[in-house]
This record gives sequence, C-alpha cells and structure tokens, in this order.
Amino acid sequence: MSRPTLFALQVLVAVVCIVLWQVLSTVPVFGKILLPPFFFSNPLDVFSQIVKWFASGVIWKHLGITLAESILAFVIGSLGGVLVGFWFARQPIVAAVFDPYVKMVNALPRVVLAPIFALWLGLGIWSKVALGVTLVFFIVFFNVYQGVKEVSRTVLDNGRMLGMSERQLMQHVYWPSALSWMFSSLHTSVGFAVVGAVVGEYLGSAAGLGYLIQQAEGVFDVAGVFAGMFVLSAFVILIDYGVTLVERRLLVWRPTASDGRG
Amino acid sequence: MTTPTAVALEDAKVAFRLGDGRVYTAVEKAHLAVAQGEFVAIVGPTGCGKSTLLNVAAGLLKPAAGSVRIFDQPLAGLNRDAGYLFQADALFPWKTALDNVAIGLEIKGTPRAEALPRAQKWLTSVGLGAFAGRYPHMLSGGQRKRVALAQVLIRDPKILLMDEPFGPLDAQTRQVMGNLLLDLWSADRKAVLFVTHDLEEAIALADRVVIMSAGPSSRIIGDWKVTLPRPRDIFEVRLDKEFHALHREIWSVLKDEVMKGYAQSTHAAEAV
Repeated sequence: MSRPTLFALQVLVAVVCIVLWQVLSTVPVFGKILLPPFFFSNPLDVFSQIVKWFASGVIWKHLGITLAESILAFVIGSLGGVLVGFWFARQPIVAAVFDPYVKMVNALPRVVLAPIFALWLGLGIWSKVALGVTLVFFIVFFNVYQGVKEVSRTVLDNGRMLGMSERQLMQHVYWPSALSWMFSSLHTSVGFAVVGAVVGEYLGSAAGLGYLIQQAEGVFDVAGVFAGMFVLSAFVILIDYGVTLVERRLLVWRPTASDGRG
Repeated sequence: MTTPTAVALEDAKVAFRLGDGRVYTAVEKAHLAVAQGEFVAIVGPTGCGKSTLLNVAAGLLKPAAGSVRIFDQPLAGLNRDAGYLFQADALFPWKTALDNVAIGLEIKGTPRAEALPRAQKWLTSVGLGAFAGRYPHMLSGGQRKRVALAQVLIRDPKILLMDEPFGPLDAQTRQVMGNLLLDLWSADRKAVLFVTHDLEEAIALADRVVIMSAGPSSRIIGDWKVTLPRPRDIFEVRLDKEFHALHREIWSVLKDEVMKGYAQSTHAAEAV
C-alpha cells in the first residue's frame, strides 16, 4: 500500500468515528438519542473546549507541568535503573540476595504508592515524579541487567584478547550493550513516565493534565474530560515521535529486522 | 634449531567439570611446539578439542595438567603476545569497521588521532578501504572476517591464534581469505596456530599439519611437514602432485578418526 493511500485510510477511520459520534449524540434515532450528551458530550463541544484552552493559554501551564514531571521521572528512573542494573549484573551475589525483594516491589501495582508519595512529598510535582520513577526504574533496570548479562561471550573474549582491562571492557563492551537494551525499551519507559505523572496528578494535585481531567470529571463536564484525553494523546504521540528520532540516531549500528544477515 | 619457540604446550591436559559432577577430559597430554615464524595447522574431527587447545594457548582456559610456555616463559593469565581470530562474529557491533580496527590501538593508549589513520591503512590492506564507515551488520560474512583480521593484526601480535576463522564462509570466499592471510603473513612471518577441520585448507596454508584423534581424551596423533614452496597460491597449490600425495597420506590417518568421531557423536545423541 502506498503511503498516501495508507494515510488517507487512517484519516478516514478518524472521520468516520467522529461523524458517527456527532450524529448519534445530536440526532435522535427512532425518537431516542443513542449517546446522551450528559455522558458522551459531542465532538463539537470537545473541540471548542480544546480551542478555548489553547486560545486562553491555560493549557500551556498544565502541559508544562506534566512534561516536567515526565522528564524528571524518566531521567531519575533511568539513572537509577542503569546504576542498579549494572551493579546487580556485575555482582551476582548482590542480585541473588535482592532478587525476591525486587520481584515483590515490581509486582506491586504502583497506584497504591501514590497516597504514600503524596503524604511524604506533598501535592507538588515531586510526588508525581516519584510515582513515575517507580515505573521507569524497573523497566530500565531489567533491561540493563539483561543487557550486561547477555553480552556475547565471543565479543567479550575478543575484548579480553585485544588487551582490554576491566574498565575498558566496561566502556567498550558492557556499557554499549546495556545501552542498546535500554534504548530498545525507550518507548515503554517514556510512556510509563507520562503514565506516572498523569495518574499522580489525577489522584491529587493542583496542576497538570491529570488535574485538568479530574477537575472536569468532578463537575460532570464530560466535554472537558474528553478534551483532556485528546490533548494527552496528542502530547504522548509527540513525545513518542521525539523518542523515535533519538533512537534512530543512537542505534544506527543495529540491524533492522528487514536487513537480514549476509 | 636456533629459532625460539613461540608457543609450547607441554603435556597439556584439559578437563571440564560437567553439570552432573563428572569430569570430562577434552584433551589428554597434548605436546606441541610452534617455532617463531612457523605456520602450524591443527586438524581433527568435530569435537576433538582443537579449539580447546587453542584457548589454552590463548590463556582463556587453564590446563588441568601440564604447562604452557610462551617464548619460554610460563603463561600466567591471558596470552598478551597473541592475537586471536574467532570462529564466530567477534566484532563490536556498535562500532564502525574503522573504530573496530582502531580500538586495538586505542586500548594500548594510542591517541585516537593517530590510531584512525593507521586503522584506515589496515582496512585498505584487507581490501575494505571504502567500507570504513559501515557497521558490522552492513558487511557480508567475508568482509566481517577481513575487519576482524585487521583488528587483530593492527596490534602486531607475535603469535596469531586462529579458530576455524573461515569456517562460516562459503568455499570461494574461504580461498580468497586464505590467500589474503598468506599475503599478510609473509610480510612479517608471525607464529601461527590455525585450527580447522578442512585438511585441504590446512595443507595449502601451513608449514606443519598436526592431526588430533577423536574426542573425548583426544591426543595429537600425527605431525606432517608441508614442504610445498612459498609463496603459495591456494588455488594453484591444490593442483600440485606433492599436495595430493601429502593429502592422501594424512587423510588415511584422519579418516579413521573422523569416522570414530562421527560414530561417537551419533552414539551420544542416541544415549540422550
């Protein structure tokens, strides 16, 4: 399928959904409106709400806060994940001792930590950052741990035979291998940083996209809830696109699936 | 003989502890000396422990008994005089061809600005001057082997250890690589220990061909001098009468071992 056709079809799906939504929520079918506006609002109201946010500029403050929380959660979680992942992979005894606890904490649904973080860190951005960190940390940690442990035996031996010291092996073999694993999970971990931020905001805050949605819900403003969801989706797609660009630059050395091996 | 011995394995025995606690003896009492500037090929059936022996010479494995001497010094730890060419892909996939070659120098502390032009020169001499910016996955199997060869040779090791380096390549590429290896080697005759399962390749390349028996507990069971004149061309040397005579003679010994090794491996498979 050619790119323009594909794009046209993709747009078509959105148009059909929005038109159906608009029609079913405004035009009665057999004397009955199938999507009552109180529960489903309608696309025009949602759109005008989004326009109002952007026109008045209120949205930028909320977007900025959510973005800041996501970035902080991602950076801190990744740093911690890389450090601990490296440490565990190089010290099997430490890894063995902590293994059940790591599994236990990772099995915990992170949402239940939100009240604790709110209690410890207040309702500002840091309680949201903390929630995001607990999500990002484990993804990065597991990937780096795998990456360091699954360095090819031959590549490692080759490094040794070329005369690399432990430090040089770290720099030229373990580190790039771990990074490649970490970057392969970049989309997931960035996504989770945003999830952490928004869920945290939703559960208690004074600003951010999650706060916006929660406020609208509190006054049964369904149009506001949907508007918040759409802005959030667009926000995540933009971030994801940014991640793709970064990934393309950093992982040029990796074969893509279609490359094959010659 | 006055030429010093580069690698000497003295009654080296290699054993592994298996998962169930039994001890598996891969190689028994291997006695082998490689003189400086000599090209020795080790040939044996699959699973006879020839790669194991090479790893002992490299210091990657410690012999269970016996000793390894490198230039008359007992080997402790890794063999710092040796360059090792692996059978599997051993290039750093995250480095370009040029960086893969340059790393050999950078490790020794050569500044990057000086290492890069020298690496470029080595890439050119293995015929890949135009591929410096490619990553390993963008190169063919033969090209990757060339980069690996340059990566090892740029460090100018006194001993070259090669573990079926051309094993994964197709027949034609193998011959081209063999000629390339002989060209590079003849420039400054290093001691070479070359492991292969291909007898023809061994005779065509080496000064001496050593035959190992089928494992486990394999031993060195034969040692032939190859007196074919150098410089050799791998394509042509195979047509030589002396080549044929030698091939027939060694094969008569090797054949039994190959059959034994084959019987054992099928037997082992049935036992499992």
